Amino acid sequence: MNKPIRTLAVGCFALFAMLLINLNYIQVFQAGDLNDDGANKRVRDSECSRERGAILAGGEPVARSVASGDSLKFVRRYSQPELYTPITGYFSCIYGTSGVESSENAVLSGSDERLFVNRVIDMVGNKQPKGGSVLLTIDANAQQAALDGLNSLPGDTRGAVVALNPSTGAILAMVSKPTYDPNFLSTHDTSVAERNWERLTTDDPMKKMTNRATQEIYPPGSTFKLVVAAAALSNGYNPDSTVKGGTTLDLPQSSDTLTNEGGSDCGGNEITLTQALAVSCNVSFGDLGLKLGAQTLLDQAEKFGFNEDYFDQLSSAESTFPSEMDEPQTALSSIGQFEVAASPLQMAMVTAGIAHDGAVMRPYVVQEVRSPGLDVLDEADPEVLHQAISGSVADDLTQMMVEVVETGTADEVQMPGISVAGKTGTANTTEEKSPYAWMVSFAPADNPQVAVAVFIEQTDIARPDISGGGLAGPIAKSVMQAVINR
Amino acid sequence: MSSLSAPSRLVSAFVPRKRRGAELFLLVLALIIGVGAYALVGLGRDGVIPTDIFEYGGGLVVLAIVCHVVVRLVAPYADPVILPAVVALNGLGLAMIRRLDLASNTSFASQQLVWGALSIAVFVATLLVVRDHRRLQAYTYTMGFVGVVLLMLPLVPGLGVNINGARIWIRLGGLSFQPGEIAKLCLAIFFAGYLVLKRDALALAGKRFLGIDLPRGRDLGPILAMWLISLGVLVFQRDLGSSLLFFGLFVVLLYVATERPSWLFVGGALFAGGAYFGYLAFGHVQARVDGWLHPFENRDSFGQIIDGQYSLAFGGILGRGLGEGSPYLTPFAYSDFIGTSLGEELGLTGLMAIIVVYGLIVERGLRTSLVCRDSFGKLLAVGLSVAFALQVFVVLGGVTKLIPLTGLTTPFLSYGGSSLIANWIMVALLLRVSDHARRPPPDLTPTASDDETAVVKMR
Repeated sequence: MNKPIRTLAVGCFALFAMLLINLNYIQVFQAGDLNDDGANKRVRDSECSRERGAILAGGEPVARSVASGDSLKFVRRYSQPELYTPITGYFSCIYGTSGVESSENAVLSGSDERLFVNRVIDMVGNKQPKGGSVLLTIDANAQQAALDGLNSLPGDTRGAVVALNPSTGAILAMVSKPTYDPNFLSTHDTSVAERNWERLTTDDPMKKMTNRATQEIYPPGSTFKLVVAAAALSNGYNPDSTVKGGTTLDLPQSSDTLTNEGGSDCGGNEITLTQALAVSCNVSFGDLGLKLGAQTLLDQAEKFGFNEDYFDQLSSAESTFPSEMDEPQTALSSIGQFEVAASPLQMAMVTAGIAHDGAVMRPYVVQEVRSPGLDVLDEADPEVLHQAISGSVADDLTQMMVEVVETGTADEVQMPGISVAGKTGTANTTEEKSPYAWMVSFAPADNPQVAVAVFIEQTDIARPDISGGGLAGPIAKSVMQAVINR
Repeated sequence: MSSLSAPSRLVSAFVPRKRRGAELFLLVLALIIGVGAYALVGLGRDGVIPTDIFEYGGGLVVLAIVCHVVVRLVAPYADPVILPAVVALNGLGLAMIRRLDLASNTSFASQQLVWGALSIAVFVATLLVVRDHRRLQAYTYTMGFVGVVLLMLPLVPGLGVNINGARIWIRLGGLSFQPGEIAKLCLAIFFAGYLVLKRDALALAGKRFLGIDLPRGRDLGPILAMWLISLGVLVFQRDLGSSLLFFGLFVVLLYVATERPSWLFVGGALFAGGAYFGYLAFGHVQARVDGWLHPFENRDSFGQIIDGQYSLAFGGILGRGLGEGSPYLTPFAYSDFIGTSLGEELGLTGLMAIIVVYGLIVERGLRTSLVCRDSFGKLLAVGLSVAFALQVFVVLGGVTKLIPLTGLTTPFLSYGGSSLIANWIMVALLLRVSDHARRPPPDLTPTASDDETAVVKMR
């Protein structure tokens, strides 16, 4: 009877071998996919209970994990939610992550490859792996100035401010109002988190979870004239070229006309390009746009970053410039209306590009990534996104923008002893809604340190009193001062 | 010519040795694993060694020593590896059950420890009562009768209870018990005894088909009867695992007893037919197959299987460490799914080691069967070992999604008194057979001189 027994021994060996092979398959090869499964409560709980790295702005932690005293061990705390939520986003054990919490999750949670050695050491030392920290590019003073500026407007103001370092693309300030408090999403009190999530995600008229600086696009109005002026200067015009002035522009192929704000004639039927920008003459720029043509405008807009997704550290929307337009639409687009739409970040980049000799830098908000032991793992590497215009065109345009501030519509951003370049904008939306107010500027004009875009979607001010310079100008000024005086 | 010069050495190369010292050494290792795991549960979860480590560890050590001493006294030539392997598994299982107790405020571990003590008492009793396994052959038909009665007990109204869809439990005065576990042993003894008697007839060849000598038609009676009984278990008790186990055990023994591979083919065909019939006829069988093939398409129904997969993935290669994973998220993590619980906290490495320990027990059982000198002992040992291997494969394969999930207990690891007692009896029987097999044959050479034995040397 021994031969069958030997055969059975081989059979039993085969059964056990199958068990072992299957286990290897699951625990080694399938493990990654299974761990990434969204419904996997084990992985969620473990990321939740890990000591997540801090997000720092100006040396201060604005998001950090503190001991929670419950089974999850740590809870995420946001020290200045009103200031930093649009950047940090939220970290929730139930709803996941957003903002930098999401884009830098690998480092913050400690699962990044660059933290491999730390993980091994933690494992050998039987310690919970810790996350690395993320240092933001934000200038705390500029950030505070931007928020204070928006808060100084009356009523339930909605708007956003973005300030860039023109020569690097580093985001120095980014504020969006209104925002929410992520502490109520990161809390381990499930009912509180659920209630807040419900309130924020279902039909919130204020769109508190939207970062208006990057995620929403709006008609840029007259600030877009900078792009048209750049296209003109790059195509044979100079600041002293004469362009059409006057009160009205007849739009071809239709009976419509284009008029100026307040019915003005821009100072004559024939004015210089500098004068046209200084008084923000719709007639001049509509006519200029028609002469340059839709394709030239599209090319110029795309060199500044329109129709492109260039920012992956925060969720953001592409700014748009339409590609198929007839002539009336081209004229309207030239004054930043029709289907032209830009995020405040995009308009800040246009301004920063002009300030930086025509080179538009790729924006970034993460300056440094550090290990739990504070070793620098990665540092931001400034990168040119596009050379939008030549250096000489940038110089001419800067001079024209200085003129706008000194003699034109943007006198609110004047600073004693410092020359400032700027442009205002007021974009009409619908009859019922008040117009959008814009202000873009940079300073000092001869050695730019900061470029800023301020956008006011709505505030409690009577319609006739809304102007880009009047509402947004003082905010832009205080942000620029905060950066220059640091 | 040299082969003639030393014939005696060629004849008797196997020197029987007791190896009790080796067993003791391995037992110490097994206890270190078991008690160490218990300490690690506390360290991993709360950062301190549990305060009851001395009571618990002491209890385990005393039980192991009792086993060892009894084996030393009544089965001195028994296999030295089986007992330590079983003690290690039992200790690991207790530590994991304790760990899950801490997470969900239950007290299964202390109950399991009581069951463990009871099991070892039964183990000792078995070794003491059954001094020669061949005596069991006399009870062949009694065992068969008892086995069938035990199998049917859960179907008796008022006695049997339906737990989680399977009717395999009886409840007597607050204690619930799975008689099927004991029935498994009775049937193994019955099959062995029955086949020793009938093997010659069953080994006769019938028609030849596709190169295989099929059995004679008139000899198909017993296997068909066993097939029907197994189907009955599937139909009336809804117990897929036991049904497969009983039938597999019988077919394997039939094959060993007759040395005819054709029985494996006949059995395989009957099994395939039965399985297909079961799949078509029963919703619960279909659900098991669905859960095996597409668990992620119906997360609500197959959450347990998915949890098992998450559990294994979360453990990865080295595991979370005892007390540091979340095995409690899986339903029945302390019983059916203790395999994946261990896979989560001990990792691939730990779970593979556990499977290898199971393999070691099976291998030692089969080896016992090989060296056993009597047919009944051979069949009994191979039956117990193969049934054990099948059970491990079916339950661990089920929880790891290798095969459809069936309700069987993980021997020595999972919570459950009946399973523990039955498996300890199985170990006692294996040790008894191996003691007999490894014992030196009685010296039948006539004593050379009576005078010499009378000499008493005085110092």
